[in-house]
Amino acid sequence: MSDGTGPVSTALASASLVGADTAPEEARPGPAGRPAVGAALQPTLAELSRPGRGGGKVPHPPQDALAGIPTSALRRNPLALPELNEPEVARHFVNLSHLNYSVDSGFYPLGSCTMKFNPKLNEWAARLSGFATLHPLAPDELAQGSLELMHELQETLAEISGMAAVTLQPAAGAQGELTGILMIRAYHEARGDGDRNEVIVPDSSHGTNPATASMAGFRTVTVPSAADGGVDLDALRAALGPRTAAVMLTNPSTLGLFERRIVELLDAVHEAGALAYMDGANMNAVLGRFRPGQAGFDVMHFNLHKTFSTPHGGGGPGAGPVACNERLAAFLPAPLVVQDPDGRFRLERPGERHTAIGRVRAYQGNVGVLVRAFTYIRAHGASGLREISDDAVLAANYLRQRVGEGYELPYPGPCKHEFVASGRVLRQETGVRTLDVAKRLIDHGFHPPTIYFPLIVDECLLIEPTETESVETLDLFADALLAIAREARDDPERVKAAPTTAPVRRLDEASAARRPELRWQPMTGAEAPCPT
Amino acid sequence: MAYGPHTADDRGRMRAALGIDSVDVLFDDIPAAVRASRLDLPEPVPELELAGRLQELASRNRTDLASFLGAGVYHHYVPPVVDQMLLRGEFYTAYTPYQPEISQGTLQTIFEYQSLLAELTGLDVVSASHYDGATATAEAALMAVRATRRDRILVSRAIHRHYLDVTRTYFTGGRLVIDELPTLADGTTDLAALEVALADSERPVAGVLLGQPNAFGLLEPMAEASRLAHAAGALFIAVVEPVSLAVLATPADYGADIAAGEGQPLGIAAQYGGPYLGILATTTVLMRQIPGRLVGETRDLDGRRAFVMTLRAREQDIRRDKAASNICTNQALCALAATVYLATIGPHGLRDVASLGAARARELEYALTEAGAGRLHDAPYLNEFAIRVPDAQAVHGRLLERGVLAGLPLARWYPDDPDLRDALLVCATEVTTSDEIALFAGALGEVLA
Repeated sequence: MSDGTGPVSTALASASLVGADTAPEEARPGPAGRPAVGAALQPTLAELSRPGRGGGKVPHPPQDALAGIPTSALRRNPLALPELNEPEVARHFVNLSHLNYSVDSGFYPLGSCTMKFNPKLNEWAARLSGFATLHPLAPDELAQGSLELMHELQETLAEISGMAAVTLQPAAGAQGELTGILMIRAYHEARGDGDRNEVIVPDSSHGTNPATASMAGFRTVTVPSAADGGVDLDALRAALGPRTAAVMLTNPSTLGLFERRIVELLDAVHEAGALAYMDGANMNAVLGRFRPGQAGFDVMHFNLHKTFSTPHGGGGPGAGPVACNERLAAFLPAPLVVQDPDGRFRLERPGERHTAIGRVRAYQGNVGVLVRAFTYIRAHGASGLREISDDAVLAANYLRQRVGEGYELPYPGPCKHEFVASGRVLRQETGVRTLDVAKRLIDHGFHPPTIYFPLIVDECLLIEPTETESVETLDLFADALLAIAREARDDPERVKAAPTTAPVRRLDEASAARRPELRWQPMTGAEAPCPT
Repeated sequence: MAYGPHTADDRGRMRAALGIDSVDVLFDDIPAAVRASRLDLPEPVPELELAGRLQELASRNRTDLASFLGAGVYHHYVPPVVDQMLLRGEFYTAYTPYQPEISQGTLQTIFEYQSLLAELTGLDVVSASHYDGATATAEAALMAVRATRRDRILVSRAIHRHYLDVTRTYFTGGRLVIDELPTLADGTTDLAALEVALADSERPVAGVLLGQPNAFGLLEPMAEASRLAHAAGALFIAVVEPVSLAVLATPADYGADIAAGEGQPLGIAAQYGGPYLGILATTTVLMRQIPGRLVGETRDLDGRRAFVMTLRAREQDIRRDKAASNICTNQALCALAATVYLATIGPHGLRDVASLGAARARELEYALTEAGAGRLHDAPYLNEFAIRVPDAQAVHGRLLERGVLAGLPLARWYPDDPDLRDALLVCATEVTTSDEIALFAGALGEVLA
């Protein structure tokens, strides 16, 4: 077993050897101690700490370094942090990394998250010294390389979205949503139409949509989906009115379906005097096939960490650029990157565009993430971007058909880059829930798909394979899901007990929430002055 | 395609299984009226050529100057072990740890991050990360509004301008009020004005927000400000710089209810703006008001210790429009960087970093004073301070020509303040060398002569 693999990451290989009907047997460490390789649980940094370890990284300061600071401003108790040396630190984090499942170790079909391969070139590029060490307040003349890259990225995202202008500032999709909705708010207010206090979202929407509407000061109105999974047009028309500021739509939807009535829907929104926001979380399905701005959306965000392959980092960072049409461009947060007639690039100056909604983030945004996305987009070009979506959609439809051999498919195809399946019948027949199916997938070496979302599908599985997984992997995953469905009928308790090959079994989440332990016990401060 | 595995045969096999001749069929659900024309973008660039273009772009950024620029983002020595751990694919290519059985690596590192920041701030509840110092500050202000059910925040004028701007943006939705507190001639917040503002019973205050050090690098009378805020029933919010907490009084020491700050100095590169690390910490009293993910300790079915995301009822995917914030994606990998950095540098090391920065800044102050540019303010500082030079913007430009990035002309942040027209905000850290200080002082002497 090579470095960086544990039971979690090697289970896929095992599954292919032993056949998908049999999940690998338990590989957890026994009570006698930890195995030579594998994923053993780790002590915390505090437990590893021994006073006197570590040091040697920076020179010692002169004794009077803090002489100018009044005692009242100084720390009351000495700082307590773990004391470790570098070998222990490296070993600790490497061993912890073994406890993680990741795209680099296996198939990660989380619907709505686009867990595609994160190219290594992107990581290299973001670490180039000129990009990595540039101070965010450096004068424009020192930042021409980054500014050119950002300017090109703004224009590229405008082209991909069919929009007029782009801000790169938002740090994540949810912040992009907030940016877009605050721009819509400013637009209505600028027209003396500020009584619009409602935002309409479909019942299949991401939770961030209604949460964003609330943060921006709007009341959320939820409209139901039609039987085909699209927005119920009549219900939408009934909800629209002089109070409607915006309609937020995810397209393709969180059911993995393209909104077939998009033209009528956008007409209805605009006839009511409202604007249309597109949650671009699912752009991976329609690159080069559908441009939201061209179709009539007024504003949208991208998730660079989904569509454009920047890593998810265990939760972040991402980046959520916002693109908008001419109607809203004046309200984009400042500063944008602009090019002067002499060809030089610069940030907009304070107050240069007085209609801007203000900043949503300090400095210029998650620029390191932008470098990665720029690299990815340039590597693919126009033809490659379209091929990404073609392959993502082809793979999703292929996998959907295979999964349909053993699970309900509540909506007709074709799907886009992801699809929903339901374990409703399986649960009725066997008592095995979708949660159990998901946990059993872990024993087969796979990360489970998104489950119980969207909320409108019973026992929902939302599966997104992405374009970077081979047909062999798709088949192995489908085989595993079908095997679990059979196992649920033959031996339901075995499925309910899963996972059994992961570093830990299921967790007691209820008591974690009842009596939250959010930190280790306070350590004792190191009394000794800085060693000399 | 650059990273796709499918051969022509693979695609053919999938199409055959679906009974279709062309993938175009799968896009028939897009109405003809809104189908895209071909994207007007360049063709794919081979990796070799793309790498060259990126190197060329990066090299056009000038990062070779002697830099005394801080203003919220600080250059520090980062041991290479930090980035090597970040480059482990098991960490950076994982998603949010929604499946705890196969995410204990991420979950334990977040728990460790929360614990380390709790040690630094003295506050027991630390969120798993926010986008940056500015958004953490805005979220702190919104927390105070929720917790007190009041709608007015008092913010010191000496707070990072971007943090104020972002807080204003976040406040537009709720039509909340931000009143700025003036500063005294010594550069610290005017506590008499604070007292007056708090005494306005018609407009009760939810929170009082001060920076430590403040935007001019100065040390504020935090304990007194905190006492005044609490006496008026308001919460006290401290905007802190984490390295300084190795030596300075903690937010807990002066009774802050919430601490926010920028975690970039903890092992994260400047990167022209991010990704960084928004620090948000509070007391157990306010635990259920804090936005963002939290990781807690628990047990698995066999009784083994394990970690899991907890108190999830505050979050958008559960609570939707009633959530504490819309935050979903955060800055987890940056929190990992801070965790590895703090584990490597240790308590003595961090104190050395903070103290060395202070010593270097003192050396800088003397050298610049000798060169004819004394301090603008009298209040004590840690490692950043403002100097007075005539027509600071012009001087800043002439120093650039001499290879010195002479901090931030404060007129960029306070364009309407005549007192700050002639001010440069400069900083030093442990990476600042005596040679760089001599270069700055020498060049400044020439420019002022």
